[in-house]
Parts: sequence; structure tokens; C-alpha cells
Amino acid sequence: MTPSSTTTARTDVLGARLLGSRQRALLAVASITGVLVFWGVFTSAGWVDRVLLPSPQEVFRSLLDSVRDGSLLRHVAASLLRVLEGFAIALAAAVPLGIAMGVSRVVRGILEPLLELLRPIPPIALIPLAILWFGIDELSKVLIIAYGAFFPILLNTMAGFREVDLVHVRAARALGAKRHHIFRDVVLRSAFPFIVVGARVGMGMAFIVLVAAELIASSAGLGFLISDARYNFRTDQMFLGMAMIGLLGFALNKALLEVERRLLKWKSP
Amino acid sequence: MPDNTAIRPGIAIRNLVLHYGVHEVLRGISLDIADAEFVCLLGPSGCGKTTLLNAIAGFIFPTAGGIAVNGHEVRGPGAERGVVFQEYALFPWFTVEQNVQYGPRLAGVDRKALNAISDHYLELVGLSDFKRHYPNQLSGGQRQRVAIARALAAKPEILLLDEPFGALDAMTRESLQDELVRIWEAERRTCVFVTHSIGEAVFLAETIIVMQAQPGRIRAIIRNDAPRPRARTSDSYFSMYRKVDEALRDRT
Ligand SMILES: Nc1ncnc2c1ncn2[C@@H]1O[C@H](COP(=O)(O)OP(=O)(O)O)[C@@H](O)[C@H]1O
Ligand SMILES: [Mg+2]
Repeated sequence: MTPSSTTTARTDVLGARLLGSRQRALLAVASITGVLVFWGVFTSAGWVDRVLLPSPQEVFRSLLDSVRDGSLLRHVAASLLRVLEGFAIALAAAVPLGIAMGVSRVVRGILEPLLELLRPIPPIALIPLAILWFGIDELSKVLIIAYGAFFPILLNTMAGFREVDLVHVRAARALGAKRHHIFRDVVLRSAFPFIVVGARVGMGMAFIVLVAAELIASSAGLGFLISDARYNFRTDQMFLGMAMIGLLGFALNKALLEVERRLLKWKSP
Repeated sequence: MPDNTAIRPGIAIRNLVLHYGVHEVLRGISLDIADAEFVCLLGPSGCGKTTLLNAIAGFIFPTAGGIAVNGHEVRGPGAERGVVFQEYALFPWFTVEQNVQYGPRLAGVDRKALNAISDHYLELVGLSDFKRHYPNQLSGGQRQRVAIARALAAKPEILLLDEPFGALDAMTRESLQDELVRIWEAERRTCVFVTHSIGEAVFLAETIIVMQAQPGRIRAIIRNDAPRPRARTSDSYFSMYRKVDEALRDRT
């Protein structure tokens, strides 16, 4: 623990001044614009087959079309709903289980070998089986997404319980805390940052599994948009689908970072 | 042997022996600490000061012998024994105010009274303006002030302090020593203060328990009746310093 300092000029580890948020925004706009311009020049020069690589204008046009006919919103909504459902199930299962395993050696001893065997199996490998068991509809996809998000949340939650500092437990006991107070005010609080990080990693995993599941079997969603475009040689729609997946993933991660920042205000000086 | 310690207020330690595994850490400790007394446990690093304090706090248990507080055998930690740790041990997820209110909150004190309590103790340690801060926004000295306020707010009869100022710079350390004496005079709690600094013990204590290592045991008990306020430059301070220093060095 080091005392916090309230220096105004923030510097990196080598002592160089960090960029302000305006400068950083400027650089971000410049780099993205640069890539778009390069892409535009590259395609309009006719060096590549336009069917294989559409121009940015074409992708933009297909964005406008799909916004107008409502299909984009439908796909985004379908994907978002799935990922959130799967994530919520994972959270509801992994956090209590991680707490139980963190608190009880018996529970841990029973479940750990099983989980260690399951853990190396990539969720994507379970998609065919899930389709057989739970059908081709929503349920199989949501469950596979939940499965993907489950392990990062569980493992981080368990790790959090190992981080409880004995001196905090002693301090609480000397202030009159009983076991349930210590659990609520020390153990859970100590593990909480880890649970939050686990949730964010789990969300990233949920997103990967979502797209894979949609590519394999679905009738809506951004993954479907991409695989459907393949059959119609609509690379512009594939690019649109990929860009939307990128944006959605970025937004979800940002949202969770913001939740993390608010819940863990005490961590940053 | 008749047990005449049963009703005496204060701390009574009888023939305490404590092992870590096969390692004998404390041997034959017997000690009486009176109510409202300020006692320093002084000795070289590794002589078992922390172990003895932890046993009084009820965090660990002796192999033989016993500790009674106000006539009751120590069977675990309790709110009547407040502890201040060297590493502060503030709850980083609570604000300063929530840290100070934690003990009384567990005791079932209602919301309004809680605020009065934390206001009082934060005022006492001079941190009223830092109520809403989190511990990691404070300096080491400020954190230890909060830790003292937190311990006091639970209204303990006994305050156990384990090298609380050990990690602080010399100037902060002296000003916190001054504050602790002022608080002790105002609140009149029993204080058991662990230190390896002779100067600190001479400045703070009424009774200095000089310990030695391997196994940890009491070498001398020295009364320090120097009047307060004490000055760190007075003749009585230096003569007491010499006396304690000799007791520590005594090789017999
Ligand atoms: N948890 C522990 N397990 C084993 N030995 C310990 C433990 N804590 C302390 N000891 C040993 O007990 C002795 C006394 O330690 P301690 O009470 O911390 O001394 P002090 O506080 O006076 O420096 C030391 O020799 C130390 O190595
Ligand atoms: Mg110690």
C-alpha cells in the first residue's frame, strides 16, 4: 500500500506526459479515418475483385439499407438478447458456486475435479451436442453462451476468496463481528473485485460463443447475417455484420468497465 | 493455588506458554496490567511481542496458562478489546466514516447515534474533513489515525496496539505519539502498546515490560512515573531511557 499522490500531470512509466482525452480522441479519429481512406482508395483503384472486398461506401450503403428495412435492428436485438440471457445465467450459476467452493473445502473437493475435466473443452465443441439436446432454437444457443461465460466467472470468484486478508478478518472480529458479519463485510467485499473482473472476462467469452453459435445455426443475429451473406456473395453485408459485432462487443465491454469503476470506486485513489 | 484474579479489573496473565508447532515462542509469562494503565511491551524483533498481544486479543491460544480480562478467561476476540495493527487493517471498501462506524454498527447502534459517534472520534483524531474519503486516499499517518478512531469507537475497555507507528516517518510518529497520549488521558482506556523503540516506550508508558527472545519471556518490569506532559529532551526522559536500555542489554 502506498500513500496516494494527487499529481496533476500524469506520466507514463518512463516519465513522459500522458495524452489528454482530447488528444487521444483526435488520434483515434485520425487513425480510423486513415484506414477508411486507404481502404477506399485501394478498392476504387480496382486492384481487387469488388465481390471479395467491397468499398467502404458499399458497406455504408448496406448499413443504411438494413437500418431502413429494420433488419439490422432485428439482428442486433437477437444477438444482444442471447448474449445477455446467457451471461445472466452464467452469472447466476457461477457466482454462488464460486462462493460455495471458496468457502467450503468439501464442496471444492467434490466439484473441482469435475470442473477441471470440463474446463479444457472449448464451448464451441459443445454446440452440435447442445443442438441435439436442446434443439436448434434459442435454448441451445443461450445455454452454450452461458457455458462459455461460466468458467471465467467461477474461477475468478474462487480466486477472490483466496485474497481475503487475515488482518481484515482479525480487525472485524476485534470489532465484534460474528461469522456471518465477516462473510458479508470482509470475505464478500474482498472477493468482489475478482467477481467483477470475472464477469467482464466472461462477457468477452459469451460474445465469442454467441457469434460461433449463430454462424453454425440460427435464423437471426449478427452471426447469421454474416453466414447468410456468404450464400449471396454479399461481402458488404459480411463487413457490416463484422463491424456491428465489433461495436457491440466494444459497447458491452465499456459498459461493464463503467459498472466496475462505479462499484470499485474505493480501489482508485 | 487460590485464584484471586477472578474479579480484578484489567488483564491477568498467568504462566503463559505458547508454541508454534514445536517452537517455543513464549515461556512462563505472568503479568498483571491494571485498569486504565498504559503498558509498553518492549523487546527485540522476534521476542514474541506480537504473539503475546495476539493471545491477549484472542486471535491465538496459549499452549498452557491463561489470560483473564476483567476476570473472564479469553476465549476469542471481543469488542471489549480493541486492536490497532501495524498495517492499519482498515477496510479499503469502506469510507473513513464507515470504518469508524463499523464496531458500533455491529453493536446495533442506530443511524443517528452512529453519526455522532464517528463525528466524535474523527474529531478526536483530527480527521473530520476526511469522512467520505476511502483509506487509499489517505497518508499512512492519517490511516493509522482512522484505525485508532475505529478501535476507540467500538468502546473497548482495552486498546491493544502492535507497533502502530512502526511504518511511519519519525515526525509523523512523534505527533501520533503525542495524540495517543492525549487520547489516553481523555478516554482512560487500558493500553497495551508493542514497540521495539526504547524512546517510544519511555515517552508513552507508565509500565515498560522488557522482553527477551528465545524463548520469549519477560526480563524486567520497569515503572515509569515521569509526570506528563513528558518532553523528549528532559533529564528524566534520558535517565529512564538509560535504565531501560541497560535492562535490554543486560546479558545475565
Ligand atoms: N505464525 C507463525 N508460525 C510459526 N512461527 C511464528 C509465527 N508467528 C511468529 N512466529 C515466531 O515466533 C517468534 C515471535 O514472533 P513475534 O511474536 O512476531 O515477535 P515480535 O513481534 O516480537 O517481533 C519468532 O521467532 C517468529 O519466527
Ligand atoms: Mg511484531
